[in-house]
Amino acid sequence: MELIKPSFGLIFWMLIGFGILFFILAKFAWPVITKGIASRNQKIQDQLDEAAKVHAELENLNVKHEQMLAEAKAERDSILNEARAISANMKEEAKVAADKEAQTIIEDAKKAIHFEKMKAMTDVKNEIANLSIEIAEKVMKEELSDKEKQEALIQKWVKDCNLN
Amino acid sequence: MKYKKHLLFLPIVFVTMLVLIFSNTCNAAEKEEGFNAGPFIIEHVTDNYGWHICGDGDKSVTIPLPIMVFDNGHFVAFMSNKLHHGEAAYKGYAMGWGDQKGAIVKLADDYTGELVEGTTYPVDHVCKFNISITKNVCALFISLILIAWIFLAVAKQYKRRPDQAPKGLQALVEPVIVFMQEEVINPSLGKHAAKYTPYLLTLFFFILLNNLMGLIPIFPGGANLTGNIAITGILALITFFITQFSGGKEYWVDIVNTPGVPWWLKIPLPIMPFVEIIGIFTKPFVLMVRLFANITAGHIIVLGFISLIFIFGQMAPALGYGVSVVSIFFYLFMGCLELLVAFIQAFVFTLLSAIYIGMACGNEETPEIAK
Repeated sequence: MELIKPSFGLIFWMLIGFGILFFILAKFAWPVITKGIASRNQKIQDQLDEAAKVHAELENLNVKHEQMLAEAKAERDSILNEARAISANMKEEAKVAADKEAQTIIEDAKKAIHFEKMKAMTDVKNEIANLSIEIAEKVMKEELSDKEKQEALIQKWVKDCNLN
Repeated sequence: MKYKKHLLFLPIVFVTMLVLIFSNTCNAAEKEEGFNAGPFIIEHVTDNYGWHICGDGDKSVTIPLPIMVFDNGHFVAFMSNKLHHGEAAYKGYAMGWGDQKGAIVKLADDYTGELVEGTTYPVDHVCKFNISITKNVCALFISLILIAWIFLAVAKQYKRRPDQAPKGLQALVEPVIVFMQEEVINPSLGKHAAKYTPYLLTLFFFILLNNLMGLIPIFPGGANLTGNIAITGILALITFFITQFSGGKEYWVDIVNTPGVPWWLKIPLPIMPFVEIIGIFTKPFVLMVRLFANITAGHIIVLGFISLIFIFGQMAPALGYGVSVVSIFFYLFMGCLELLVAFIQAFVFTLLSAIYIGMACGNEETPEIAK
């Protein structure tokens, strides 16, 4: 019978002891522990949400980045094309200008050559004239002994020379 | 890996110790009147005024515990070793025998000294207000201090390292708390959960720790506390009162006028209300008996196996040693089973308490787990 007969002392101490334990734990342990667990759970959830948000933002940023890259590429291409066109244009212009220059130089050269040629011709003519006179003198000195004949002949030659 | 070797070593030492201790007890018992398993088992599963550790008779090692009684308005206190396991009286106080077994009795005269067998000592009265620190009370205090220390330390860890990963004791206790909250308390109580969580968690850990302490065979454990009807009774009583006081109007209406039951079970003869009212009391009663019976039965079986050694040892010492191998094997098996039972019974007690309170609160989500 002792086995199923509750003893007074144990009931007494159990009520007091369990009461105190419940009071202590309910006041100092369980609220702290449950709040601690809940707070940690909340924090983990928050951080997971935050990570998901950041991930989405990153994705968005990536898309933007790619867009920007494509735009930049297009711009670069257009600039390059433009530059190419300009350079081609410039080349053409330069070629034209050079041609023109060359033409004028050639023209000038031709003029100069012509001028020089004329000058040389005149010089040659004069030289020839002088030489002819000298030769003629010599010839005359030999041939012409008679003064009249000489004069007449000279007159004639001078006339011929002037006509030439 | 490092500890595996030691872990294997532990049960061997433990078994050897058990055999030595009990063979000693066996020899001592043999010399006197032979080994009697019944009283031996009952003595170990019930309360005692001293905390017996080993040995028997005069050679026994027992921790003396204070005996405290209010007798006729006087407060009397003395250590239990003065009573010599009931074989002596101190200032007229002695341990009761026969019908008064387990009580402290006042003899007719203030006699101090040995109680000689065969002499009749007239009993004046049984001391009614007996608040002695018995073995179970002492175990209760140890477990209360241990639980308070564990959970205050854990709470401190939560305060000191908020929102950090659990560590040490915290990591051991937290999964159990979370399991109890999410699998038992919250589903049973729904929106009322926060209010009853402290009680249910205290209840669970109190039962669990005492169940486990009961499995330890030597000093800080070994007391059959959760296998004591007073302890389980008080726990069931607290659940009973919480259930009744948290019961709303609906709860009482359902008891008096149970829904979903044919009218003829209520009107001429109030059979259903009668059954329901009995049910109010049977629920905590069953809680009390279930825990008490499960834990006590486990202890009795274990002690039975140990007793077998001495019963056979009495026939021939060699037989006793032979049987001890089998007995210890069964003891280890039962120990594992009891370990499981310790968790299950703590869980079941808390689960049913939560369900009863939840039903009284009018929590609609209850039936899922109650099935």
